[in-house]
Amino acid sequence: MSTDDEGVRRDVTTSSARADGAPDRPGNAATTLPAGTGAGAGAIADVARSETALRRFLFGLPGVDQVGAESRAAALATRSIKAGAKLWAIETAISMVDLTTLEGADTPGKVTALCAKARRPDPADPTVPGVAAVCVYPDLVATAKRALHGSPVAVASVATAFPSGRAGLAVKLADVRDAVAAGADEVDMVIDRGAFLSGRYGFVLDEVRAVKSACGRAHLKVILETGELATYDNVRRASWIAMLGGADFVKTSTGKVSPAATLPVALVMLEAVRDFAASGGPRVGVKVAGGIRTTKDAIRYLVLVNETVGDDWLDPARFRFGASSLLNDLLMQRSTQRSGAYAGADDFSLE
Amino acid sequence: MPDMPTTEPAGPGAPPTAPQPVPPVTREHPRLAVQKTYKLYVGGAFPRSESGRSYAVHAAGGAHLANAAHASRKDVRDAVAAARRACARWSAATAYNRGQVLYRVAEMLEDRREQFAELVAAGEGVAHHAALAAVDAAVDRWVWYAGWADKIAQIAGSSNPVAGPYFNFSLPEPTGVVGVVAPQESSLLGLVSVLAPVLTSGNAAVVVASELRPLPAVALAEVLATSDLPGGVANILTGRTAELAPVLARHRDVDALDLAGASAEIAVELEQAAADNVKRVLRRDPAEHGWDGEPTPRRMLAFVETKTVWHPIGV
Repeated sequence: MSTDDEGVRRDVTTSSARADGAPDRPGNAATTLPAGTGAGAGAIADVARSETALRRFLFGLPGVDQVGAESRAAALATRSIKAGAKLWAIETAISMVDLTTLEGADTPGKVTALCAKARRPDPADPTVPGVAAVCVYPDLVATAKRALHGSPVAVASVATAFPSGRAGLAVKLADVRDAVAAGADEVDMVIDRGAFLSGRYGFVLDEVRAVKSACGRAHLKVILETGELATYDNVRRASWIAMLGGADFVKTSTGKVSPAATLPVALVMLEAVRDFAASGGPRVGVKVAGGIRTTKDAIRYLVLVNETVGDDWLDPARFRFGASSLLNDLLMQRSTQRSGAYAGADDFSLE
Repeated sequence: MPDMPTTEPAGPGAPPTAPQPVPPVTREHPRLAVQKTYKLYVGGAFPRSESGRSYAVHAAGGAHLANAAHASRKDVRDAVAAARRACARWSAATAYNRGQVLYRVAEMLEDRREQFAELVAAGEGVAHHAALAAVDAAVDRWVWYAGWADKIAQIAGSSNPVAGPYFNFSLPEPTGVVGVVAPQESSLLGLVSVLAPVLTSGNAAVVVASELRPLPAVALAEVLATSDLPGGVANILTGRTAELAPVLARHRDVDALDLAGASAEIAVELEQAAADNVKRVLRRDPAEHGWDGEPTPRRMLAFVETKTVWHPIGV
């Protein structure tokens, strides 16, 4: 995969940005931190010092050009990926899958079966890479941990009153500690969308920070639930809040709300991640979740990642797909690429 | 109230301009020919080939008739996916309902009798009355198969005497997605003779139409699209048989293969490819060359699976 036609990564969604993605004047582009503070961790801490400073910063972020973001995402979605690159993309996507089951009807048996699939997605072909993680509810973490013992596949757990996030902080933190105590390597929290939409940004930030400290060594993924945030500007702001709060990943959706992940939303989040890294923050990962069912969709996201943040992010440590049915389509397409014959859905286990 | 724009630009009292009469088509003013490029029939819609290709279709005498879509392997893939999606609903319809839907197709075929006769006559190079006879035979055959929809279980099913307190019975169920290589010479009667038996028992079909005479198949697709047959139950691809049939034979989501129109050279290769996921294969029968013999249930029985149920009694 290559970079853009002009060989540069453009910040197309921000009208005030230059072609190389750098701000054209201080204090106006997406990479903005308060003018004069200089880039670095100190500047990031400054932004989050008070509710007022945070609000000023979030509203100082340049507005997202909605038409630009959508046309950019649509243009990248048409890119044709040929055979060799396609096989690479399929295997990379398999290694980025967070194999997920988040149903009320989940049983230990189902989770165990899912874990077996996570270790060895195609039992008939040992060359298929394992997936990145298995994502379950907190009470099934111990089951998953046992089933994945000795394998590199991580266990992720949703927490903080997933999927609505409507509970007190103490309950949310207890949820997180439960999951971590049971051995979760990654915690997927949801932000309080009600607080965010009513403008209590400091509250959302404090919650993310509190969950981060409750996570201990576990990685924190912050679910923005972009389907409920209404605008791309809100997605950009929520991404920044999550990153300022110490998120290791920002994640689009719970998968319980429609629309879930879309390409333009992922583009806005990837740009926020890029800008955060450019202003001295750590490199934060992005997880897209919900509604990604086909290999074609997955490859479009990989193209978007490559063109927005570069191939450093084409790694399971920085980009993930939250999905359940996607994996089988990836396996079917992989077998088609290798054997030349189209695969049937019956060739792969459902979970 | 502001001035409203007047709708009579010529002002009041001006006579409306009379429409110009259309000049009659004469030797001096010939009508422009309508150039036709037909499309595929996949999932109840008429897409162009994914490859964008088309090929010229000639009459038996060599005159150019129209262009047909030149399907690629990805069109086969799409058609199989559409057939798989449609399978559940069609096979779950009651046998009586399937019969009614297919009978309606026959009615519509009958309404387009003249159109089909022209296409058959041009493509096969036969006289008009012979073509008309072939169309009539095709309609009759479609009706014949439609009638079998709720009767096939009576010859392929049975209640079986068993040594135990069970009511044991067997009944035929559709195989699933059936790939059909349609006969090359008999472009309508042959096509109907292979497609109708597949649909009758509740299968979904992906048909590779006659390579050199695809136009009756295209017209049949138009009939099927406006009938009550759910989209995707029958999919019709036009193009090179030697290119499409192997893809169909290798596709692991196809459950059965009808080799009626496969030449002897490729039939063996197709049968070998079909063995990979143990497809049912119906070989070409040389006796069926003209497709004018009396139909038998043989072709329907080739694409059904027998389900046997043990039902406890006397408890």
